[in-house]
Amino acid sequence: MEQSSVPGAVQEPWNDPAAKPYVRIEGVTKKFGEFVAVNNVSLDIYRNELFCLLGGSGCGKSTLLRMLAGFERATMGKIYIDDVDMEGAPPYERPVNMMFQSYALFPHMTVEKNIAFGLKQDGLGKAEIEKRVADILALVQLEQFARRKPHQLSGGQKQRVALARSLVKQPKLLLLDEPLGALDKKLREETQFELVNIQEETGVTFIVVTHDQEEAMTLSSRIGVMNAGEIVQTGTPSEIYEYPGSRFVADFIGSVNIFQGRIVEDEPDFVRISSDEAGCPLYIDHGVSTPPGARVWVAIRPEKITMSKDEPQGEDNHTRGTIDEIAYMGDLSIYHVQLDSGKRVRVTIPNLTRTGSDRFTWEEKVHLSWQASSGVVLTS
Amino acid sequence: MSAAQGGEPASRRLARLAPYRWCVELLKRLGFSGRTAVIAVPYLWLLLFFLVPFAFVLKISLAEALIARPPYSPLIEWGEETYVTLRVNFANFLFLLEDDLYWKAYLNSIKIASISTVLCLLIGYPMAYAMARANPGSRNILLMLVILPFWTSFLLRVYAWIGILKNNGLVNNMLMAMGIIDEPIVMMQTDFAVYIGIVYSYLPFMILPLYANLERLDNTLLEAASDLGCPPVRAFFSITVPLSLPGIIAGCLLVFIPAVGEFVIPALLGGPDTLMIGRVLWDEFFANRDWPVASAVAIAVLLLLVVPMMLFQHFQASEAEARP
Repeated sequence: MEQSSVPGAVQEPWNDPAAKPYVRIEGVTKKFGEFVAVNNVSLDIYRNELFCLLGGSGCGKSTLLRMLAGFERATMGKIYIDDVDMEGAPPYERPVNMMFQSYALFPHMTVEKNIAFGLKQDGLGKAEIEKRVADILALVQLEQFARRKPHQLSGGQKQRVALARSLVKQPKLLLLDEPLGALDKKLREETQFELVNIQEETGVTFIVVTHDQEEAMTLSSRIGVMNAGEIVQTGTPSEIYEYPGSRFVADFIGSVNIFQGRIVEDEPDFVRISSDEAGCPLYIDHGVSTPPGARVWVAIRPEKITMSKDEPQGEDNHTRGTIDEIAYMGDLSIYHVQLDSGKRVRVTIPNLTRTGSDRFTWEEKVHLSWQASSGVVLTS
Repeated sequence: MSAAQGGEPASRRLARLAPYRWCVELLKRLGFSGRTAVIAVPYLWLLLFFLVPFAFVLKISLAEALIARPPYSPLIEWGEETYVTLRVNFANFLFLLEDDLYWKAYLNSIKIASISTVLCLLIGYPMAYAMARANPGSRNILLMLVILPFWTSFLLRVYAWIGILKNNGLVNNMLMAMGIIDEPIVMMQTDFAVYIGIVYSYLPFMILPLYANLERLDNTLLEAASDLGCPPVRAFFSITVPLSLPGIIAGCLLVFIPAVGEFVIPALLGGPDTLMIGRVLWDEFFANRDWPVASAVAIAVLLLLVVPMMLFQHFQASEAEARP
């Protein structure tokens, strides 16, 4: 991608061919009987990354995480952590800790004892354990809850204890399985930023499994989108959002309007596509090496469409429709526009004024248009 | 009820009647509600049928043995005119302290019951653990197999052990046929046979509560322990065992309490020197026909055994309340 060739891209080791990956997943496949949960996944994750595995339920993301932790054995393929082959290493011998979705706090131990559990296994001295427990409790701001039992804590506090327990051993790699899944929306948003801060402070490499695309966008340095056991795309949140590689990714991350069409002209610096669905020729300012006549799809994000009452200039990227539905969300409004072709298009417009004098109403005839740089041509 | 008449259900009409409301109000003031009634009825039932027989036994224990029917003196005698004589006799309890037979029998019962309980735990825990870890389809079959012995009479099963353990029984015949021993090993009428009988009979009472507890154990806790660097054996002792403590306690109580008072097994499998308090009680009642002393033994066993148990369970319950 263009933006990654910016000088000083030390922050993005995945674009540096000389950088050594910290976690190397090579052709890993996991089968449960006949069912292929993870299908030939290869992935490099670098030191200090906060990598999100994003996908719907049953896409294999948790299985992949459990293979990293050592709870499942790969049917095929290799996993290297810091250049060490993890084949056959049991969970208790891996330099990896996991934060469980259910937190899995030991109910018969206090917060302190829960956190000290992993340190005791390493045979550390009492003074050392106490110091490290105190430090990590301070980091997650739970000092005054040290002597409580897990059932005396709120959901958010339990989540922080689980995080502290998995971090206190200073693992090379921390695996987080839906770390915010059990929290309510408000708390989840606060905790997202807390999690990122803690990751930056400790410098531990995080791999987070989530089904929540918003969470993945906020947290991660990179996202790996999974579907049916395969990684369909990896990239930074903005790459994934603005340059989706397939209809699945475009649709899974955020909302999108997808028009089916056929290539009419394909030049190195632009492409023209005819689409009955869109009801207008689609002009996109980047080339795709696809022969004319081939079937393609054009993805346009709802916020990149301009809606107007007056007809804009030009024939390309300009279509007409009727407002069918309006959802007022406060900060923005979502309009569903029925095109003349019958296709429904989603358009979001920020509510810039309080009076709403500039807003549209139901059954209004409107013109939709977008920039040549707004659409993404997808071949799959 | 002609509920349709007034257009509203009878219960609602009843609720509006003044006497009904007063009754409800009165009961509420006294701390009663529908919920307490639901709990109170079975409690009262149990209390009645525990306390009334207990009162009888207590009464007999304070009487003197007579050769009569019933074979004890009355506690209260109605005199000629207005006299009421209350004759309380503590001699039976003193007799228990004087004659060391009772102390020995009591301590021996506790010893046999304790050892049997430990044996049941050692055998039952791995079984319950394996059952809880078995795949869900076969769990019910395994559970059935544990319960299956209850389908035949307890007495028959103990008798079957005589056939297995006696001098020309199954075990001795097999060992002799294989040439391992020349003379039969004496197993019947020994403490060994009593242990076999008790452990065999009470093992299901250990397995069932343990299984119920272990089956609920969250496997992710063991995964978390493993993830934090704890090998499986250590995780078993630091996670599984402490979390199954309620099941262990329930199982041990269910084995220990009936084993202390056990009468049939020592009578059938034990020898004349296998002293157990249940057997002493039986002999006192039916061989000696000394009902007052037998009742005193019963009361003493109850106080020495059940009261500490109840206190223990009470503390156990209040501790369990502190947990979710």
